[in-house]
Amino acid sequence: MSDLRVHKTKYINETKRVSFKYDGKNYFGYEGDTLASALLANGVHLIGRSFKYHRPRGIMTCGSEEPNAICQISDKNDLTEPNVRATELEIYDGLEAFSQNCWPNVKFDIGGINNLISPLIPAGFYYKTFMWPKSFWKKIYEPLIRMSAGLGKSPTEPDPDIYDHKYVHYDVLVIGGGLSGIISAKIAAKSNLKTLLVDDKKTLGGSTIYQSNDSFKIDDQHSSKWLEKEINEISEIENLTVKTRTSIAAYHGYNYLLARENLTDHLSIKDKKDKIRQRLWKIRAKKVIVATGSIERPLVFNNNDRPGILLSNSINKYLDYYGVACGTNIILFTNNDSAYETAISLHKKGIKNLIVDLRKNSQSEIAKQAQNLGIKIYFNHVVTNTFGYRKINSIELMELSDDGNTTIGNKIKLNCDCLGISGGWTPMVHMHTQSGGKLDFKNDDQVFIPKEIDNDQISVGACNGDFDLETIIDKTVNKINIFLEINNQDYKNINVDCSIEKEKRNIWLLPNKIPLGKTKCFIDFQNDSTAKDIKLALKEGFRSIEHVKRYTTTGMATDQGKLSNMHALGIIADTAGVKMGTLGTTTFRPPFTPLTFGTIVGRNVGKFFEVVRKTSIHDWHVDNKAKFENVGQWKRPWYYPKNGETMHDAVQRESKAARDSAGILDASTLGKIDIQGTDASEFLNRVYTNAWSKLSIGKCRYGLMLNEDGMVYDDGVTTRLAENHYLMTTTTGGAANVLGKLEDYLQTEWPELDVYLTSVTDHYSTASVCGPNSKKIINKIFPELDLSDENFPHMSFKNTKLDNVNCRVMRISFTGELSYEINIESKYGKSLWEKCINAGQEFNITPYGTETMHLLRAEKGFIIVGQDTDGTMTPSDLQMDWIVSKKKYDFIGKRSLYRSDTIREDRKQLVGLLTDDPKEILEEGAQIVSDTNTKPIDMLGHVTSSYFSPNLNKSIALAVVRSGKNMKGKKLIIPMENKNINVTVSDTIFLDKENKRLNA
Amino acid sequence: MFLINCPFCGERDQSEFSSGGEAHIVRPKQPTELSDDQWAEFLFMRKNIKGVQFERWNHSHGCRKWFNVVRDTSNDKIHSVYKMGEKPPVK
Repeated sequence: MSDLRVHKTKYINETKRVSFKYDGKNYFGYEGDTLASALLANGVHLIGRSFKYHRPRGIMTCGSEEPNAICQISDKNDLTEPNVRATELEIYDGLEAFSQNCWPNVKFDIGGINNLISPLIPAGFYYKTFMWPKSFWKKIYEPLIRMSAGLGKSPTEPDPDIYDHKYVHYDVLVIGGGLSGIISAKIAAKSNLKTLLVDDKKTLGGSTIYQSNDSFKIDDQHSSKWLEKEINEISEIENLTVKTRTSIAAYHGYNYLLARENLTDHLSIKDKKDKIRQRLWKIRAKKVIVATGSIERPLVFNNNDRPGILLSNSINKYLDYYGVACGTNIILFTNNDSAYETAISLHKKGIKNLIVDLRKNSQSEIAKQAQNLGIKIYFNHVVTNTFGYRKINSIELMELSDDGNTTIGNKIKLNCDCLGISGGWTPMVHMHTQSGGKLDFKNDDQVFIPKEIDNDQISVGACNGDFDLETIIDKTVNKINIFLEINNQDYKNINVDCSIEKEKRNIWLLPNKIPLGKTKCFIDFQNDSTAKDIKLALKEGFRSIEHVKRYTTTGMATDQGKLSNMHALGIIADTAGVKMGTLGTTTFRPPFTPLTFGTIVGRNVGKFFEVVRKTSIHDWHVDNKAKFENVGQWKRPWYYPKNGETMHDAVQRESKAARDSAGILDASTLGKIDIQGTDASEFLNRVYTNAWSKLSIGKCRYGLMLNEDGMVYDDGVTTRLAENHYLMTTTTGGAANVLGKLEDYLQTEWPELDVYLTSVTDHYSTASVCGPNSKKIINKIFPELDLSDENFPHMSFKNTKLDNVNCRVMRISFTGELSYEINIESKYGKSLWEKCINAGQEFNITPYGTETMHLLRAEKGFIIVGQDTDGTMTPSDLQMDWIVSKKKYDFIGKRSLYRSDTIREDRKQLVGLLTDDPKEILEEGAQIVSDTNTKPIDMLGHVTSSYFSPNLNKSIALAVVRSGKNMKGKKLIIPMENKNINVTVSDTIFLDKENKRLNA
Repeated sequence: MFLINCPFCGERDQSEFSSGGEAHIVRPKQPTELSDDQWAEFLFMRKNIKGVQFERWNHSHGCRKWFNVVRDTSNDKIHSVYKMGEKPPVK
C-alpha cells in the first residue's frame, strides 16, 4: 500500500492488485479503482497537456465532468480510443493508457511554447490571423491547423469489439442512483410500476454513500449507512431493474432516451474477449424522474489550472470512497460549506489542511465543527495566484474588500501540495434541457433549475437545486407522490439532521491586483479559454451567449463545458451589467458524455450495414464473375469481365454482341406495380403524360411520369393485362417512391377512384433477351408461341407457360433492338435464365450489365431517368414533346408545362454531342462552353452520358445545353484540366433513327 | 423521436412514418383554368410556422395510410390525429 492510500474502504478490494501501464510505465492499483484514483494513489497528478497553450494539467474531478484527465487508451490501431476520462475508467489488468496532446512527452512538451506566446493568440485568433494572404491558406495555414487540431488519435482500423442495441419500455425511468434517485425508484417500484434505475457509476449511492460527517444523519445513523440499507432493500424489489455503469446519452422528446451500458470496459483484457463491450439501450418510459445531482464548480482566479488543483469534493471522494489522499498538505479554497466536509474528513485521517473562504464567516454547524477541530480558516480571503510548474507547490492569498471587487492588505504565501477549490454547486440540468425543458434562474444559489414542463417528467434532488439533506428527502418524497399520483407513506416519520448553510458569497471572477490581461484565469480547462478571452469577446461586440461561446470556444470541448458554462455566463452578465437569468444559457446537446461509434452503430456493421437486395438470378451472376453495381439497395451486374478484360473491353464486347447477335439482361430489379380496379385506365391517364384509355388488352405502352412541377419523375412500360388490370414498370431506383406517390394521390386527391396498387417487384424475375437473334432464341424456349409480327408485334405481350409454369412474354425493347422480356415467378428466375443462356449458346448470347445497358440506350438516345434528368427537366427539355398528350384535360404536372419558366426558350435541353476526334471519350459531368476567351466563362451545360460506341465506332455523348434544341451542328468546347475538347451538337439519336432494328 | 397515434394502427414510433408537409392543400380541380400565380400558390407556397400546424403524415413503414396530424412545432406535441377527409379539429 502506497503512502497515499491512507484509508481502507469497502469500495476498494485490496486483496486484488491490478497492474496497468500509464505512458509506458508500470503501476498498480486495486480492484475498484478508477485510472484517476490509482494514479493519484501513486502520486501522479500530471496527466496531459492543455489543448491550446499546452500547459501541464492534472486530474481535477472524480466524474464525467472531468476536463483535463483525458487519455488515449491502448496503442493498437483497431482498439485505440481517445478522450477517455481517467476519472470514469475503471482499471483492469493489462490496461495501457497514454497522455494526450503532448509531444515528445507529457513532462517535456514542445507545444508548451504556446504558453509563452499566449498573448499573441487571443480569442478569435484563428479568425483574425488566417485571413490573408489568400494564397497561404492551402499550403500553410490549413496543414498547420490540421496538425494541431483535435484531441487524441482516431483508430485507423475497424473496431473489433462487439456492440449491441436493446429496446425497452418502462413505466418509470429514474436517472441517477444517488439519494433522491434511490428514494424515487423505491417509491415507484413499490407502487407496482415497472421501474428502471440507471447510474453511470459502478455502485449506487451518489455522493451520500461516502458521507462520513456526524452533522448529516438520517434516523440517527450516518446518512451513508441509512442509504446503504435502502440500496439493499431496493435490490429485493421485483419490478425494479437497476443498471449501473449505464449513462444516459440522450433524452429526446416523448420520453425516448438512449443509454450506454458499459459491460466489459472494467474487465481484464482476457475476460473482455468475445463479450459484448457496450450496449445502447433505447428506452421509452411513460414517466421519467431525473435525479442526476449536481457538480461542483471551480473558482476562477490566476493560474487555477495547475496539476494538484482539484475540486474540493473530489478530494473528499478520493479520500472516503477510494481511500486515496490527493496530497499531504492541502489547502481548500471555497465560497460555501461543502469544503468544510472535505476539511473535516482530511483532518480525521491526519492530513494537514486549512481553509480559505471568500465569505466573511460561516455560522453553520459544520463550520463550527471544523473550527472546534482546530482547522485554520482564512475568512474573507481570496487566492490570487498559484505556483509550481508540473505540480502546485504554493499559493498566494489576500484579503477581500467589503464589496468583493478588489483585494486589500498584504499577500500571504502558503505552501501546499494540493489545492481543493469549490465555487458552489451546479445542478445537472442537461437531461431536462435535452428533452426540451427550459430553465429558471434561482438567485439565492446562483443556479439554473428546471422549469417544470409537463406531466411526464420531473427533476428531483440536487439537479432541481435542492442541496441540503432534509430538503432533498422531503421534497423528493412529496414530488414523487404527486408525480406518480400515489400516496407513499414510507418516509413520513423520517428524522433528518443536517448542517444548513447560512452564508453565501459568489464572485464569478475573483479580484486580483494583476491586470486581467496578464493573468491566466481559466474558465474552460479543456479548450483553454480564460476570463480574459470572454471579456475580449464582449469588448469586440459579441453579446449573445451563443456567439461568445463560439468565438472563445468556451464550452465546446468534449466535456461540453460542464465546469465552465456557469462562469462564462456569470462573467458576461457582470461585465454587461445584466441579470444572469435574462441571458439564457447555451443549449446542452446529446450525448451527455462522448459515445463510441461502435455503440451508435451496434450490430449494423459490415454486411449488416445496409439491406442488400438480390435478384433470384444473383448466384448465376456471381458464378459468372459479374462485377456488381449498387442501384438503391439492389446489387445489379455491372459488367461481366472475361479472361482479365478491363471494364472498357468487357462493355465494348457486350454492347457489340447485343446488337450483332443476342444479349441478355437481368431486368428483375425494375419496379413492378400491379394496378387493378374499374378506374385503372383513368388513373393511368392522370399519372402519365400520354393517353391510356385506348390501349387494347395485350398491348404495352411507354409512359413518362412528371412531378406536379412538370419535371420528369420516372418512366417505364405499362402493360394492359386485362380490362381493369395493368402491370406498371418503374425505374429500379424509383420503384418505392413511385408507389408512394401513386398511393398518396389515390388516398388524398382522388379517393373516388376504384384503384388498387400492389408492389410485385419481388414477385417476378425478368430476363430481357435482345438482338437480331432474340426471336430464334425465344422460339427455342417457347416453341408453341407464334412470334410472327402479325400475331406478336412490338409493344404487345403474351401469356404462356414454361414447363407448366406461367410466364408473361413481352415484346418491348430497352435497347432499340428486337427484344423479348420474360416475366416468371421469382423462384423460377434462375432456371428461366439458364434456359435462355442454353438456348442462346449457338447465337453467342452474351449476358450484359447495367453499363452496357446504358451504352445501348445512349446510342438510341433513350434517356436514363436520374442520369440524363435531374429533377429540372421537362419532357420538352428532353425533346420528348411527342409523349405529352395535348388532348387530355389534366394529368400530374400538366399545368406546370406552360408556366413562364417552363416555356423559356433558353432552358437546358438534351442534345447529342459528337467529339471532333471520334476516339475521344468525354467525362460525364464535364462542363460545356462556347467561348473560353471571354471571362467570366459562360457555362452552357454539362455532359450527362458518354460512351465509346463499338457499334458506331465512335464516341457519343448526351448532354444538357442551354437552348440546345436550336444548336444542331454548332461547335462547342469541353474545357478539361489539360486541354479543350471540341465537340459538335448532334441529334440525340445516334443509331437506327428509323427504328428498323425493332423488327429486324 | 415522437410517438404518433396512427388512426389505423395505434401508437407507433416516429421512425415508422414519413412527413408529407402542410395539410389541407387541395389540388385544384381545373388546373388549366388557373393563372401562373394561382397555380404557383398551390404548387410552391407552404407555411412553416412555429406553433400549432396541420400536417400530413404517412404510416410508410406500417399500414401505408395517409392521415392528418395537428402538431405544435415548437415542442413536437401532437394535439390530435384524424383521417383524410375528416374535418380538422378547431384549434
